[in-house]
Amino acid sequence: MSAHNVNPSGDEHAVVPHGEHAVVPADPIADPGLHHEELRLTDVDKKAERRAERQVAGMFALASVLTVAFIVFYVVVGIHPDDPEHGVNIGDVQVSNLTLGLTLGLALFLVGAGAVQWARSLMTSPEVVAERHELRGDDETRAAALADFDTGTEETGFGRRKLIRNSLLGALALLPLPAVILLRDLGPNTGPTPAQRKEHTIWAEGVRVLTDVTFRPIRAADLEIGQLVNAMPATFEDLPDHGPERINERAKSPVMLVRMLPQDIHVEPGRENWGVDGILAYSKICTHVGCPISLYEQTTHHMLCPCHQSTFDLSDNGKVIFGPATRSLPQLPIAVDSEGYLIAQSDFTEPVGPSYWERTR
Amino acid sequence: MPRSLPGRSRGSRIGRLLSTRRRHPLAAIAVLVAVLFTAGGAYAALAPTTSQNVQAASSTQIEEGRQLFAIGCSSCHGLNGEGQINDNGDVLGPSLIGVGAASVDFQVGTGRMPLAAPAAQAERKPVSYTQDQIDAMAAFVANLAPGPAEPDEQYLDPSQGNVARGGELFRTNCSQCHNTTGQGGALTMGQFAPNLTGVEPKHIYEAMLTGPQAMPVFNDQTVTPEDKRDIIAFLDSVQNEPDPGGLAIGRAGPVAEGLWAWLVGIGLLIGMATWIVTRSSKA
Amino acid sequence: MSAIVNGAGKVVDFVDQRITASNWLKRNIRKVFPDHWSFLLGEIALFSFILILLSGVFLTLWFKPSMAHIVYEGAYLPMRGVGMSEAYATTLDLSFEVRGGLLMRQVHHWGALIFLAAMSAHMLRVFFTGAFRKPREINWLIGVVLLVLGVAAGFTGYSLPDDLLSGTGLRIIEGGMLAIPIVGTYMSSFLFGGEYPGDDIIARLYPMHILLIPGLILALVTAHLMILWYQKHTHWGGPGKTNTNVAGAPFFPIYVAKAGGFQFIVMGVIVLLAATIQINPVWLWGPYDPSVVSAGTQPDWYVGFLDGALRVMPPWEFYVFGHPVTMSVLIPAILLPGIILTPLALYPWLEQKATGDTREHHLLDRPRNVPVRTGIGVAFIVFYILLWIAGGNDFFATILEIPVNWITWFIRIGIFVLPPLAFWMTKRICLGLQRRDRDKVMHGRETGIVMVSPDGEFSELHAPLSQAAAYQLTWHERQLPSDPGPATDANGIPNPNYRSKRAQARLSRFYFGDVVQKPTREELEAAHHDGHDDTHRELPSGQH
Repeated sequence: MSAHNVNPSGDEHAVVPHGEHAVVPADPIADPGLHHEELRLTDVDKKAERRAERQVAGMFALASVLTVAFIVFYVVVGIHPDDPEHGVNIGDVQVSNLTLGLTLGLALFLVGAGAVQWARSLMTSPEVVAERHELRGDDETRAAALADFDTGTEETGFGRRKLIRNSLLGALALLPLPAVILLRDLGPNTGPTPAQRKEHTIWAEGVRVLTDVTFRPIRAADLEIGQLVNAMPATFEDLPDHGPERINERAKSPVMLVRMLPQDIHVEPGRENWGVDGILAYSKICTHVGCPISLYEQTTHHMLCPCHQSTFDLSDNGKVIFGPATRSLPQLPIAVDSEGYLIAQSDFTEPVGPSYWERTR
Repeated sequence: MPRSLPGRSRGSRIGRLLSTRRRHPLAAIAVLVAVLFTAGGAYAALAPTTSQNVQAASSTQIEEGRQLFAIGCSSCHGLNGEGQINDNGDVLGPSLIGVGAASVDFQVGTGRMPLAAPAAQAERKPVSYTQDQIDAMAAFVANLAPGPAEPDEQYLDPSQGNVARGGELFRTNCSQCHNTTGQGGALTMGQFAPNLTGVEPKHIYEAMLTGPQAMPVFNDQTVTPEDKRDIIAFLDSVQNEPDPGGLAIGRAGPVAEGLWAWLVGIGLLIGMATWIVTRSSKA
Repeated sequence: MSAIVNGAGKVVDFVDQRITASNWLKRNIRKVFPDHWSFLLGEIALFSFILILLSGVFLTLWFKPSMAHIVYEGAYLPMRGVGMSEAYATTLDLSFEVRGGLLMRQVHHWGALIFLAAMSAHMLRVFFTGAFRKPREINWLIGVVLLVLGVAAGFTGYSLPDDLLSGTGLRIIEGGMLAIPIVGTYMSSFLFGGEYPGDDIIARLYPMHILLIPGLILALVTAHLMILWYQKHTHWGGPGKTNTNVAGAPFFPIYVAKAGGFQFIVMGVIVLLAATIQINPVWLWGPYDPSVVSAGTQPDWYVGFLDGALRVMPPWEFYVFGHPVTMSVLIPAILLPGIILTPLALYPWLEQKATGDTREHHLLDRPRNVPVRTGIGVAFIVFYILLWIAGGNDFFATILEIPVNWITWFIRIGIFVLPPLAFWMTKRICLGLQRRDRDKVMHGRETGIVMVSPDGEFSELHAPLSQAAAYQLTWHERQLPSDPGPATDANGIPNPNYRSKRAQARLSRFYFGDVVQKPTREELEAAHHDGHDDTHRELPSGQH
């Protein structure tokens, strides 16, 4: 790319980058030169100057007062209850937050505003101008630097000693590998692959369906038309309190039970026996990116995800009817055990949650 | 649903009579909404295991309810609560047989019924009847067929509930639609889960029990009366809890916070910046 | 006063005797800093970052980045007896059992939102005024990296309390990762230490949030400022202000006082926000539970555009050799950041291609004088805001009382229609403003005085501009589209570079083809000559 051309007419404010053929017209108005700032009231009026001085000093003084007030409020406004049994009084926290914040915030603000006001009204520095210099080094310096570099390269023989050069480059290229390899144990080393772990939940044949939070078994007869029950497998209760298993299962196993009129349900072939008298169980984990969902509209049988608005039709095998999700909500086949409680017929027949590469169904 | 011709003609006559006093004539949309609205209650009648408590009510109360119902409700729901279908086959008002007293108390007690204007769904509004009148209508509807009764007082007292447990139940069963602080939220196609702020414990209970409009049913078998009391206690606690951090800005979370950061935070600071770059007033 | 000077003198003397500080001071103490409100946007970012560092250190003294399961027995009654992670419990402790703890949490969070907003506003200022042009491309690149690091800092911090809202955000990150072909499940497994969510992630995000990312930000901010210092700040043109000088206030004392003061003002404003407006009340959201979600789940504003893209993307998945490729997640979550960041980072070079201009630029452009660049910027803002609205579509549906599905559809269509429309409208507005400037220079400003000629003709009096005012409107460069030259030279030999030159000329015409040029000296003289014949006669013409 060519450098710019300075127009022969002396116009420095026009550029035609490839302008061999263009004629650049002259600038219309000449630069009248820097104009000097007018004097401020505080520059000419002693009274105004005194007033500004008092103003600035007042702000700084008030900041000191507020800082002391902050300390006072810290001590005076307690948030710790006398009797720990009663817990914190949230109103106290509110007062504490407000008083500490207002005093500290205003103190900071006034220090800043005072400094700025000082500069605006009393500091006498005029506007100054400095020349700029082209940032590139001059030709002589560049040549000298280049020559020094060449000399150095020559002295190492980096260009000639190819064996040394290539072996060094090879060694350096390999050295980052340990840093990557060292991260390997971030993930588990033994057991199934990450994809295999996604294929199974703790649902299995005969596992009872329990209400979530309260963990009570559910009879089919307990559910009315229009009912929604957030549920977990009975096996969840056996998981240890500590360690990740419990929370990992909460990310895979939750289901919702809904009951609708049997004639409203459009059953896909092969799923004829997956429900009990209009009671259906679906995974709560959205197939889009995994938000747990149970926004069930009993009038429309729609299930909406509050994260990205994917909408599933639970009366039609969990099919997607709106939003970004690409797969139906997995359905859990359920049955009734001898005591009349709802149980799972098996695990989910497909992985729950979002799509992933290894997934085949 | 079988049509009841005499009922229909009487109903429409009353409808005409009423229409001079009503501000909004019933439009087709209102009708559809009314369908969505109590369909859950209607379904409840068909469910095999509905709690079968018929409230003990005096015959005078039932009679008073019948009269109020005939004037205020029968134009859509039919004189005997059997529901109405217009000539186009659209349901004017669903059958109320078996929806129970709880449903009547919720729908009328929160002002949702009678329906005022066509909308995506009926909204809470000023109540048109006294509690005695509502109780009478509830008694009348409960007398038509067994259905969920109004809840027992002992399960409505927030001070008896466990707030922390109620919070867990609420977050698992309710917050997906109503938000963790009960602010409500959007559902599909213009429907919404309403804000729960200021809703009476009795109506919270009845909503769970009867599943009004799009809301699913959480009956006493799966969410027990004690569970419901805990949820009521949690909502009471959340609503009455001061916001220790200052203005709550709707407790609406990050979108509101982002707007405030830009409009107030950056706005104020740019204002300060324009002040900083000027000099004090000229002589 | 003299005591201060003496004291400072002793310090300078001590340092000077060891590292010749006087040499550096002599060259820099009166360094020139131009004044304009928009030059302070970057300062807001810097100063809020400093406040974030200070408040963040305070928070680390109490916060435990542990996902160990405990049953809460602390001071906040509505959570007593609830199972949760230690991270969430210590966040509650900070809020309810440490005096000033809630204030510092809120300072930290408001500071973060304002830090990112100020960086974005600063970047827009640099873009619209052309301050990214040579020699400042390196600082532009550093700025882009800083913005990405800022978002990373924000998101990792947002996730630390392990509350329901931020946990849902991590779940979405996991879902996004799973969509990456071949390695997705492994990446997720490495990040979370096995299955999602595991009990490692908070402890892993913590060092990123408090050490690695802020360290990188500090290093890059230092480089950013050193380059700025060395290159000197850009300034607006005007009388006496040219491409080869810089005019403004001296570093010491004016700039020190003003910038130092602004540091305290920024800190003060953020602390006042924290005192009065509640932010991220995690005690209301509840502890994270992967089986629970809240209506109205949105991320902090700076991630909102990505979440919005996830929301409005239509479903699209296909199989490659029996493996699913989920474009409805890949495009918004993985590809979109690259699609936005790559042109953003490379923009200085893209524009250089169009202008063919390799000179140094120290004078800022008024946005109207580069209509195409301004149009591109506004189109990008519209694109971004649409995605951001999409990220809160349920929030806006509730506020506006319209179906959320409508908003989704509005944005699905609007994302293709509105940015080009914004580009076109902005360009038109810029050209209109340029035309008005040109008219002002040629005919003076409108006085509002209407004259009736003896023939009954109405005309408005125009007062000529002062030379300074006219110069204000004409100091900018005259940008002309380049000409590729003939395809063959005089002897009929084809020019080998013709094709690339022609492409460059096309790009140049796109940028500058319909720019309204400031008048030439001849045009101006002709206009003034005309003017003297009629209305201008009535006014004093001493300025001509």
